[in-house]
Amino acid sequence: MRRLVVVGGGLAGLMAALKAAEAGVAVDLLALGPCKRSHSAAAQGGINAALDTLGEGDSPERHFDDTIYGGDFLADQTPVRRMCEAAPAIIHLFDRMGVPFNRTPEGLIALRRLGGTRFHRVAFVGATTGQQLLYAADEQVRRFEVAGLVKRYEGWEFLSAILDGSGRCRGVVAQELKSMEIRAFPAGAVVIATGGPGLIFGRTTNSEHNNGFAAAALHRQGVKYANGEFIQVHPTAIPGADKHRLISESARGEGGRVWTLRDGKPWYFLEEWYPAYGNLVPRDIATRAIFKVCVEMGLGVDGENAVYLDMSHMDPAEVRRRLEGILEIYQVFTGRDPCRVPMKIFPAVHYSMGGLWVDFDQMTNVPGLFAAGECEHQYHGANRLGGNGMLSAIFGGMVAGEAAVRLINAGEAGPVPSSLLEAEARREEEKVQALMRLDGPENPYRLHEELGEWMNDNVTVVRYNHQLKRTLEKIAELKDRFSRVGLHDTGLWSNQALSFTRQLGGMLDLAEVITVGALLRDESRGAHYKPEFPERDDANWLKTTIATYHPDGPRVTYEPVDLQFIKPRVRRYDTEEATRGG
Amino acid sequence: MAETVTLRVKRRSAPDSRACWEEFRVRVPPTANVVAALKEIRKTPVNAAGRPTPPVVWDCSCLEGVCGACAMLINGKARLACTALLKDLAQPVRLEPLSKFPVVRDLMVDRTALFEGLKRAKAWIELDGTHDLGPGPRVQQSLQAWTYELSRCNSCGCCMEACPQVNGRSAFIGPAPLAQITRFNAHPLGESLRAERLEAARGPGGVHECGKAQNCEKVCPKRLPLVWAIAELNRQAVAYSIRQWLSR
Ligand SMILES: Cc1cc2nc3c(=O)[nH]c(=O)nc-3n(C[C@H](O)[C@H](O)[C@H](O)COP(=O)(O)OP(=O)(O)OC[C@H]3O[C@@H](n4cnc5c(N)ncnc54)[C@H](O)[C@@H]3O)c2cc1C
Ligand code: SF4
Ligand code: SF4
Ligand code: FES
Repeated sequence: MRRLVVVGGGLAGLMAALKAAEAGVAVDLLALGPCKRSHSAAAQGGINAALDTLGEGDSPERHFDDTIYGGDFLADQTPVRRMCEAAPAIIHLFDRMGVPFNRTPEGLIALRRLGGTRFHRVAFVGATTGQQLLYAADEQVRRFEVAGLVKRYEGWEFLSAILDGSGRCRGVVAQELKSMEIRAFPAGAVVIATGGPGLIFGRTTNSEHNNGFAAAALHRQGVKYANGEFIQVHPTAIPGADKHRLISESARGEGGRVWTLRDGKPWYFLEEWYPAYGNLVPRDIATRAIFKVCVEMGLGVDGENAVYLDMSHMDPAEVRRRLEGILEIYQVFTGRDPCRVPMKIFPAVHYSMGGLWVDFDQMTNVPGLFAAGECEHQYHGANRLGGNGMLSAIFGGMVAGEAAVRLINAGEAGPVPSSLLEAEARREEEKVQALMRLDGPENPYRLHEELGEWMNDNVTVVRYNHQLKRTLEKIAELKDRFSRVGLHDTGLWSNQALSFTRQLGGMLDLAEVITVGALLRDESRGAHYKPEFPERDDANWLKTTIATYHPDGPRVTYEPVDLQFIKPRVRRYDTEEATRGG
Repeated sequence: MAETVTLRVKRRSAPDSRACWEEFRVRVPPTANVVAALKEIRKTPVNAAGRPTPPVVWDCSCLEGVCGACAMLINGKARLACTALLKDLAQPVRLEPLSKFPVVRDLMVDRTALFEGLKRAKAWIELDGTHDLGPGPRVQQSLQAWTYELSRCNSCGCCMEACPQVNGRSAFIGPAPLAQITRFNAHPLGESLRAERLEAARGPGGVHECGKAQNCEKVCPKRLPLVWAIAELNRQAVAYSIRQWLSR
């Protein structure tokens, strides 16, 4: 069957769709809404590529080393190396697509710094880089849509994969969120690119679409989930009632400084503790430092959980030219101008390093089923560096698209039997009927709020085993209460409560995967930090966590990490020599 | 420190059903936006009269004014619900769906027309392929600066709502897609489709239907220089027409 289904219209999904369409393979592209609304649009700071236009001696090899080191050696090295090598060509590609990257006076692509590297390596478009990259990919897909090779199904929610008797993926079942119609989409291969699961943590920097449901549903169908416990908490966000809004690392990349008051005087604690990297230490390090200052030392600004991120010493015109997008966000939501007063910020859940397990061709353990973007586990190890998220989404999407085309062209699978399609559609139909019958006393949105609070309080920056155990008990309780949910909406048209409740079921599953992984991993590595086990323990824990679904809770096994290029060394950011390993 | 706000929501359970107003009272923190209030309703789906009611349906994604999903009429004005802070709004806060697009349910509308407009406008670069073809052309900072402003259009539809020329009786493509023609015509690689874009711009529903009322630019949440972009396109279309006529 010469047809590819791509689920997800963020950067990863669009790139997979483009690669397939270019190869002449017809694509059905499914997403929760118009692709332009995907979460990728919210990415701010920029995208990494060792273009070295400043002549600093940067190279893909350095980028590779920074990424592996930044991820505390948990990432498989072969795919990371390929990604870093491909990065410059990816920037050139998006440049050719018309992305208005900021420029140098000579008209070259300007670069700035983000955390975890000494090099200017980030190409950017003001502070709205994700928006322009996403739109460019969307525009190219629109071209193929007009040419008849891509058919968009925007406003369709993926429900399950269609697996044949041999365990191979033959398509997907999805539901239109307007008419609530359920339909099977047969395919020669499927690429899942549904983004991160941030919503599990309630209020985060993520979009409302990042519910992780597709990954959770696939996990139930037997797809392995890897390194789930590695959740990135970004150091600088504006706390809010409905969400925490990111203030990109690029604010610090352009010269912003983090401080709080100690003995009545500004104390630049990051610069003091990490002289080599200062405000541009990686996120896990900066987040723990801010936590220490606020929670342990009680030195938060105005006695609150907050520190200053200060750009008021910088040239306002220059700041506007390079960071307009984030200035706008801070101003709209707080009413204050960051060019004049320091911003008040605090860490917030931001990104999942873990996700669906994939091989070097982005294929999951289910043949014919690929995954790319934030929903998979492959590129960031225990901590992601700024600017590598979009790069991995784009690169992974391209690899997945090409690999899927190869599989389709090999043509072993043949046509998909209609009985198979109908059976899976019927199964999903029945699940919807069961959900619609729910009329218990529990409100799904309230359950979600409770889940988010527990996950935020216990499974983020500082983790204790007794709290992780209590969180697992809480998740079990929430799962039990989930069976007594009431939908409050019996409509058969555009029923958001139905879709949200279904997503919540998936979030509860993944919350368990994340928490179990964290409980078992008795060490500290990257974003995963346990005061009871403060050191990295390579002898016992330099291995990839693999969770497999089981009705009584995930079964966890481990796999070795691909370490063939760079030997693990101690990770610290206080001196240059320490980072380079001498 | 929650405060009580009153919302009046124009509801419709399906595209063909009758619209009716429903009032809600919710408690939200003083810094909350309209989205936070709508989220509160989902947690206690009861109207001001105390009667249970289905939660209000609306669209949102980024919650920070980027994605364009949450556009609606707030106290009669087209704007994004996530950047509309309740403390700045007169109460009761009236919420209605955008009126220039078909309603799906409650505050959710179908903005397919905008994306169809982008197809008509050929708002893309005619790429040779996604393989490695080396660096793109150099671009001067001044060109980058103004094309960047136009590249921030998130297809929210506010400008279409405000434009008197966009209505059921006209084929007018509307300000948002027109601005994208101006943008792509300016890119060094956008040249190859310039003639086709200008054909679209001067064809039925094209740039000449703009009445220059300038309402579009006033409501654009991303502050696109729409009036300038449309005037520039008009200039290009006229010049193109004259050249066509002279070379006949
Ligand atoms: C505020 C913020 C700023 C960031 N800034 C940067 C940055 O500066 N640099 C960087 O490199 N990274 C950044 N990141 C990370 C990066 O933006 C994301 O990791 C990346 O964009 C993810 O892309 P994606 O294609 O995997 O997923 P997404 O863009 O999240 O797209 C997911 C798609 O899947 C669809 N979908 C989801 N579930 C379903 C379903 N069940 N059925 C059908 N469709 C579904 C959605 O509709 C959407 O189209 C940032 C992240 C955040 C939160
Ligand atoms: S200037 Fe033109 S496009 Fe803008 S509102 Fe007026 S008529 Fe509409
Ligand atoms: S031009 Fe402005 S108002 Fe119109 S769709 Fe784009 S962002 Fe929205
Ligand atoms: S939710 Fe994205 S603009 Fe409001």
